Amino acid sequence: MGSSAEEIKKHNKIYMGIFVALLILTGVTVAVAEIDFGIKIGIFVALLVACVKGGLVAAYFMHLTTEKGPLFWVLGLTFLFFFVLLLLPVITLHDNPMAKFIDPVSGQLLGE
Amino acid sequence: MSDIPIPHDIEPHPLTRMYNGKFGIWLFLASEVMLFGALFSTYVLLRVGAPPGSWPIYGAPSIHGHEILSIPMATFNTAVLIGSSVTMVLAWAALKIGNLSRGKLYLLITFALAGTFLVVKYFEYKAKFTHYLVVLKDAPPDELKDVVDHRPIQTGAVTRDLWFVNGHMTEDDKEKDYIKIVPDPKKAAHGEGDAGHAPAAASHGGDGHNHAPVQIERSLIQRYSYWGPQASTFLGIYFCITGLHGLHILGGMIVIIYMYFTADGWWKRNPEKIINRVECTGLYWHFVDLVWIFLFPILYLL
Repeated sequence: MGSSAEEIKKHNKIYMGIFVALLILTGVTVAVAEIDFGIKIGIFVALLVACVKGGLVAAYFMHLTTEKGPLFWVLGLTFLFFFVLLLLPVITLHDNPMAKFIDPVSGQLLGE
Repeated sequence: MSDIPIPHDIEPHPLTRMYNGKFGIWLFLASEVMLFGALFSTYVLLRVGAPPGSWPIYGAPSIHGHEILSIPMATFNTAVLIGSSVTMVLAWAALKIGNLSRGKLYLLITFALAGTFLVVKYFEYKAKFTHYLVVLKDAPPDELKDVVDHRPIQTGAVTRDLWFVNGHMTEDDKEKDYIKIVPDPKKAAHGEGDAGHAPAAASHGGDGHNHAPVQIERSLIQRYSYWGPQASTFLGIYFCITGLHGLHILGGMIVIIYMYFTADGWWKRNPEKIINRVECTGLYWHFVDLVWIFLFPILYLL
């Protein structure tokens, strides 16, 4: 991160721009939920907007745009494991020898 | 007593190419991603596996969390938290160009915004703790037909009928053999197999909102409880995740106010050090903001 006074002042302008963008995107999230596109598109749009917002916070507020070095290996590994965590419900299902006999939603035994 | 300097607390470590404190806080945040990631995963599993009609709570007209949560409050809180992230990074930037007083001012604003978030959260929680779900043992007598909701609940191969009322409790005296509750408006019930009672709800009047309390005999009631974590699976995971997030806010507030009060001393001795400490505090704070950015749509809007 640049440290000269001029550069910091320039960064402050960027921070305010990101602030406005985040507020607008929050409005978009709420508006999309109100419109009710249906559950699948709703989840997709909401998570997409959340990812963009999260990306802006990480890139600019957390200075990831100007970081370098092994930090990105750490973050890459973190995201890999995060992804595995999100897939855990699916993995659990396949780890269960009874899973193929049980309907995951109703819990009822499936027919032969 | 001579001071032994802590290595690489200001100049970058040759391997990680950043000072040790910053690398340390990033590793901590990586572990935090695992913590919240596990809870997000739990949420998905619980939601997908919830019996039809039970999410977010029995009797809610749809499956969205916002049927029982307040979107205006949460939207306001999102803006507050985003604002606090901005003031946090501005505090670091002000210190970086040598402006201690402005840096401290921004720290104080960040602290105040974090406090605002928790106050709003308190009112959100309080609204849940005064709201009740009353489950009846059996089909209600005729005089209660209009207010009692009905839903068949399927658990495994067994289907049983659930008779219930959601509303604000106005009288719950243990000495008396009845409770009084102001029922929530019954929105057009589109539950499964609810046809038999939909006309009763419709005849209640268009919006169906009734401010008069209804008396329910205790002998009819199987169980009743406020909308706390025990009331439904959704509320359980809602309080778990938002409670944990709230504790993170509280922890951040303690660190921010500590930075505020110790900034002067550090500024005289070693300004680089306090600048780095505020940057690390900021990294944590932005992460807490980031978690909320994901929590808000998942819990409130989906």
